[in-house]
Amino acid sequence: MPDRITPDDVRHVARLARLAVTDEEVELFAGQLAAVLEHATDVEALDTSGVPPTAHPLPLENVLRDDVVRTGVDREEVLRMAPGTEAGRFRVPRILGEAP
Amino acid sequence: MSADAPGGWEVVIGLEVHCELRTATKLFCGCRNAFGEEPNTNVCPVCLGLPGSLPVLNRQSVDYAMRIGEALHCDIRRSIFHRKNYFYPDMPKDYQVSQYDEPINAEGWLELPDGKRIGVTRAHMEEDTGKSTHMGGGGRIGDATHSLVDYNRAGVPLVEIVSEPEIGSAEEARAYVSELRAILVATGASDGKMEEGSLRVDANVSIRPRGATAFGTRCEIKNMNSLRSLGRAIEYETKRQIVLLESGDRVVQETRHWNEDEGRTSSMRSKEEAFDYRYFPEPDLVPLAPGAEWRSAVRAAMPAMPFDRRRALATAAGTEPGAVALLVEQDLDGLVLAAIAEGADPRIALNRAANEVAADPDGAARLSAASFARVVTMEATGKLTATQSKQVLAAMLAGESDDPDAIAKDRGFEVMDTSALEAVVDEVIAANPAPWQRFLDGDPKVSGLFIGQVMKKTQGQADGKAVTAILQTRRDG
Amino acid sequence: MRTAVDIAEAVRTGARSAVDVIDEHLAEVDRREPEIHAFNLVLADEARRAAADLDRRVAAGESVGRLAGVPLALKDNLCTRGLPTTCSSRILDGWCPPYDATVVERLRAAGAVFVGKTNLDEFAMGSSTENSAFGPTRNPLDITRVPGGSSGGSAAAVAAGFAPLALGSDTGGSIRQPAAFCGVVGVKPTYGAVSRYGLIAFASSLDQIGPFSATVADSALLLEVIAGHDPLDSTSIQSPAPSLTEAVEVGVEGLRIGIIRELMDGIDADVAARVREAADVLAAAGAKVEEVSVAATIYGLSAYYLIAPAEASSNLSRYDGVRYGLRVDAPDITTMYEQTRAAGFGPEVKRRIMLGTYALSAGYYDAYYGQAQRVRTLITRDFDSAYEHFDALLSPTAPTTAFAFGAKTENPLAMYLSDVCTIPSNLAGHPAMSVPFGTGDDGLPVGVQVLAPALGETVMFRVAGALEAAATAATVMA
Repeated sequence: MPDRITPDDVRHVARLARLAVTDEEVELFAGQLAAVLEHATDVEALDTSGVPPTAHPLPLENVLRDDVVRTGVDREEVLRMAPGTEAGRFRVPRILGEAP
Repeated sequence: MSADAPGGWEVVIGLEVHCELRTATKLFCGCRNAFGEEPNTNVCPVCLGLPGSLPVLNRQSVDYAMRIGEALHCDIRRSIFHRKNYFYPDMPKDYQVSQYDEPINAEGWLELPDGKRIGVTRAHMEEDTGKSTHMGGGGRIGDATHSLVDYNRAGVPLVEIVSEPEIGSAEEARAYVSELRAILVATGASDGKMEEGSLRVDANVSIRPRGATAFGTRCEIKNMNSLRSLGRAIEYETKRQIVLLESGDRVVQETRHWNEDEGRTSSMRSKEEAFDYRYFPEPDLVPLAPGAEWRSAVRAAMPAMPFDRRRALATAAGTEPGAVALLVEQDLDGLVLAAIAEGADPRIALNRAANEVAADPDGAARLSAASFARVVTMEATGKLTATQSKQVLAAMLAGESDDPDAIAKDRGFEVMDTSALEAVVDEVIAANPAPWQRFLDGDPKVSGLFIGQVMKKTQGQADGKAVTAILQTRRDG
Repeated sequence: MRTAVDIAEAVRTGARSAVDVIDEHLAEVDRREPEIHAFNLVLADEARRAAADLDRRVAAGESVGRLAGVPLALKDNLCTRGLPTTCSSRILDGWCPPYDATVVERLRAAGAVFVGKTNLDEFAMGSSTENSAFGPTRNPLDITRVPGGSSGGSAAAVAAGFAPLALGSDTGGSIRQPAAFCGVVGVKPTYGAVSRYGLIAFASSLDQIGPFSATVADSALLLEVIAGHDPLDSTSIQSPAPSLTEAVEVGVEGLRIGIIRELMDGIDADVAARVREAADVLAAAGAKVEEVSVAATIYGLSAYYLIAPAEASSNLSRYDGVRYGLRVDAPDITTMYEQTRAAGFGPEVKRRIMLGTYALSAGYYDAYYGQAQRVRTLITRDFDSAYEHFDALLSPTAPTTAFAFGAKTENPLAMYLSDVCTIPSNLAGHPAMSVPFGTGDDGLPVGVQVLAPALGETVMFRVAGALEAAATAATVMA
């Protein structure tokens, strides 16, 4: 657990989250995030050994659906809401790296 | 095993194979799972990741995933889904729903035709991404001006099969993928069409001094679209890494792109871009725990796998599984097994199937086990010579008739009676005094000339073995 | 005659026309909406058309549903086909979903008449509706005060008489707290009881859609209509919608009710006093009321502010300018992502995305998100222990009455603290509701929170009904 969040931490996290941040925002967020995480130290200190995590409040399992075709959305309706299209596809600016 | 790695190096390969499942609909929604359709025509709020949409798991994809787990001898477990978070335009939600540390299948293995076993670490479920096409600049991502995205493929069910790093050569890698493909098709889970992208392979390649146990730095190779590319890419990458290390340089851990036209791999990402996927359990899905009844049903319904079929045929024919691998691949094991069951000689049956029948797949479909068994038996008992047997078989494959006896009679394929044959042999001996002298002197090869001549004179009706016997009698008598 | 129960009855029988009903409510909207700003979008024409259609069907003898003609306001994070659904964010400004949320479909089928899409804190992140990109909503009881959040617009719409019913969403108290601040009833159902399909996600394992109304019976009716399993939501539960309208009148004779000791700490004295008076009223009505400790609830805030932002950071990744919504053009896609999201999200949303991303990032997952998920189990276990001895629990809904605009915006932590009483129910997945009970020293409403175990809506509504009866009696007598 870090003592404080550095501006570099903030920039790294902003990059992961694809959020452009100004220098002022970096300073501001560093302080605010640190304050919230500071408040969370009581949680970190708790002994939770042997306690399973709750990913869901419900004990549901095996929710499945049949392999049956269902009507989707019309392409025109889908493309109409798009900021950029070309030849029936979504158009985006150049991608600089391969997908992972 | 490591024939590709000279100079005291060995190559270590692990393969990740993504297999599209043959379901009617996508993994989490009811859109059609179909290849090659007009862009963005098989989409809905769920697979487009529209705000407010939620996933619901396709039962059939679970069934297929379990079949794959069974076929690869995996432990089939209670599993959960995780979100793998990263930004890319072919990702509608900018996270992929996948499985992380609690996958459905783990700790299995696959046996190659030559008998070597390769460990399968895991075979987990995940959703496929959409497809980006890079425009302006020859289709290469580096020179593109923009990209176009089609989400038809987004949400298609995948099983990702990860091997242990136990593959030792390009050839072995090809054998692994080939065998895996045959298994996946046999389970019914996949159509195996690499050319349509139903099966996609990435390779992790590293080298180390032969006999070492520690792993060298590995590179991930992507964009190999066929078995041939896979082999070429691994060979190239192996050499590239050897050259680096031998010149005192290091191998940089990175992802590299195979370029089929240029025949080389090139770096696609800077080393700094180590992805932090921030995996966490998918809150919109609940755990998957297929019950004992379902697992038994999957096991019971499993068709025979290539591994089992090779074993069955090898046992019936008294040979090794490796020797019958090709026949199984060509789907001819059923024919041969049935013929052997009807009393046909196994060696001849294997031989004729591997040569004459295999050469004519359409004809093979027409051939009945009973007729095939009959031809083989006729050859085994000497009623037909090898040459005649091949001709009868050819006629049956061509669809002329399915009655070998009738064909043989029709073509006058009676075995020549001994005295007639002897007369022809004597003619040939008389016409070739000098070679005959060489034969008497013990030349082992010259008998071929006499057999050939006798064959010509009898239009192939003579039995080579009988001719040899007569020659020997004449010599000794 | 302004309750949903009464209106539906009247319209169904033809005693009143749906058009008259909607006109009456739209007139109220015209009168006070300019100062309150409960709505991002008022659907006057659509509502009148729907009402006219209902009247025609009633005249033709067709069946028209349990909410026939009842005006209803929808929080603007619920997808409405062909109508803008913005989450009060620039990044979705003008976006029209091509589909209806399941609850919207069920309400249409029940004959409800949609009055409009209500304002909220952007992407449901906030406790005052001051985080809306389209300006705040004002508390109808005192326009210098916030209505609470994030469902401030829906709470205000009901409090101002714009509609007898509204839907909101509750992730850490976003229905209950605004209900308390605006003096109306607000319910968060058992997690899974109401389908989330079409609710634009904030924190998936915590979000639930629920009713606002002026009366307990109206919320019971609305909840019956929207609850029930949905095959499009894997987390929705199979149990059929319980029959709640009957429970409202049953009374609390013999029920064991516990006041949560830890949630009485740090509460304004006047609010605490109202809660004790509520407890007294329930005891007088035949319940057995005591204090009970649910110790782990003190960790709720910390666990919540790790889990909710973590899930939100992932849920909000899809707002990237590629397929819909705002796009800021750029020469390459990464820059486009970064500029679009910087321009499209407000400061609170950015803050939570950053916090959530950090809590999930490599090296921190186990200490933050992982630990918070384990603490969540501790909280649920403590609740389960309490429910072995009690049928329902009581607490304040919020530590204060409605605060003034700008009072808590300086320091995000100060705002987060207003959720301390409501958050534990979301973490446990249990139902809870706020019932108006008296006022604070400033004359503003106080809400008392009734909590129940999972699928305990029936007992929860029994307690709420008894509180309402007493509060009404007290008002009459005062």
